[in-house]
Amino acid sequence: MEETIRQVLAEYAQLPVDIAAVGDDDDLYILGLTSHASVNVMLGLEDAFDVEFPDALLRKGTFRSISVMADAVRGIVAPKAD
Amino acid sequence: MAQETVPDEVAQTERAAFRAELLASGMLIDGGVDGLYQRSGAFERIVRGVEAVASQAGAGIGGPQRYFSPLMAKAAFERTDYLRSFPDLIGAIGVFRGTDADHTALLRAAHAGEDWTAFLTPADVALCSAACHSLYSTLPATIPEGGLRYEVQGYCFRHEPSIDPVRMQSFRMHEFVCVGEAEDAVTHRNAWLERGLEVLAGLGLDVQAEEANDPFFGRAGRMLAANQREMTLKFEITSPVSTSQVRTAIASANYHESHFGGTFGLTAIDGGVAHSSCFGFGLERICLALLARHGMNPDQWPESVRSALWR
Repeated sequence: MEETIRQVLAEYAQLPVDIAAVGDDDDLYILGLTSHASVNVMLGLEDAFDVEFPDALLRKGTFRSISVMADAVRGIVAPKAD
Repeated sequence: MAQETVPDEVAQTERAAFRAELLASGMLIDGGVDGLYQRSGAFERIVRGVEAVASQAGAGIGGPQRYFSPLMAKAAFERTDYLRSFPDLIGAIGVFRGTDADHTALLRAAHAGEDWTAFLTPADVALCSAACHSLYSTLPATIPEGGLRYEVQGYCFRHEPSIDPVRMQSFRMHEFVCVGEAEDAVTHRNAWLERGLEVLAGLGLDVQAEEANDPFFGRAGRMLAANQREMTLKFEITSPVSTSQVRTAIASANYHESHFGGTFGLTAIDGGVAHSSCFGFGLERICLALLARHGMNPDQWPESVRSALWR
């Protein structure tokens, strides 16, 4: 999961740093993620995991770090697995 | 803008009545489609008064003045990212570049009531969505220390036809823009929000500042709107205008973060991407707010308002 998220970030986040050097808990906004780029990350994650984020998760905080994104995606995927 | 609600019956009735009053008094003339108006001399005189008051509020601190065309270079328009954020509001321009035969076909289509615009091709200009958009592509790539400030005015196009007079398809914004470091931009936005409230209250208007968000399009837009609110990037100065039910934004104060700096390749003196902010007076909406507040006859407006507008 985290590896796929890193691929999405590499493609869409336009971060001024190397994704490989970013820790799972690092704050991406402090690293330079912009609001508009975070929307592209959101759409990229939806494609990569074939999910749709509910409105409540369509906010900046959901994409703050790799681990927060992973939790969010798991939270969406989990109910479907039942 | 942000205050759009499910149109309730009272609001719609009041809006229609206000529109009817504006047209009956000759203040505005129906332009043939919803949201398009011709302006009377009386209306334009108020607009120019408001423009003068706004300009005076920035005297000495507003920076150089720029007056923009309703059109901007399409390449610069694309960099605003409005295609992503507001595809439902934008307008592009089509022009005819065909042959005599194409012209004949165009006329035949027009005569038959068919879509003659299918014979047009895209021009290298687009309609401006916001006045400050025309500015950014003309700024130096490296913004000097302390930031740059400009006083700008331009026509804006928003495709949102409505019978509500406050929702014009074509209107003017008079803006004070700052580009520089984050602190420059935030300070500018906050100072102008205060100054804007004072200026508009000075015209006898019932105004207040409200946190707001832009009507970004689609699912991505919901996220941008949530971000905008969470970060309190946008404030609107609202006033009752065409209805007593909902307040209307007549000015707005916006911190863009690094959005335009990023898309237009502007660097701040600290080496980072430049941040920007703007404060925009909505000239037609302020004019309508004054007419709603003080009546359709400016000769009978309070002396304090008249002397502020036309000293």
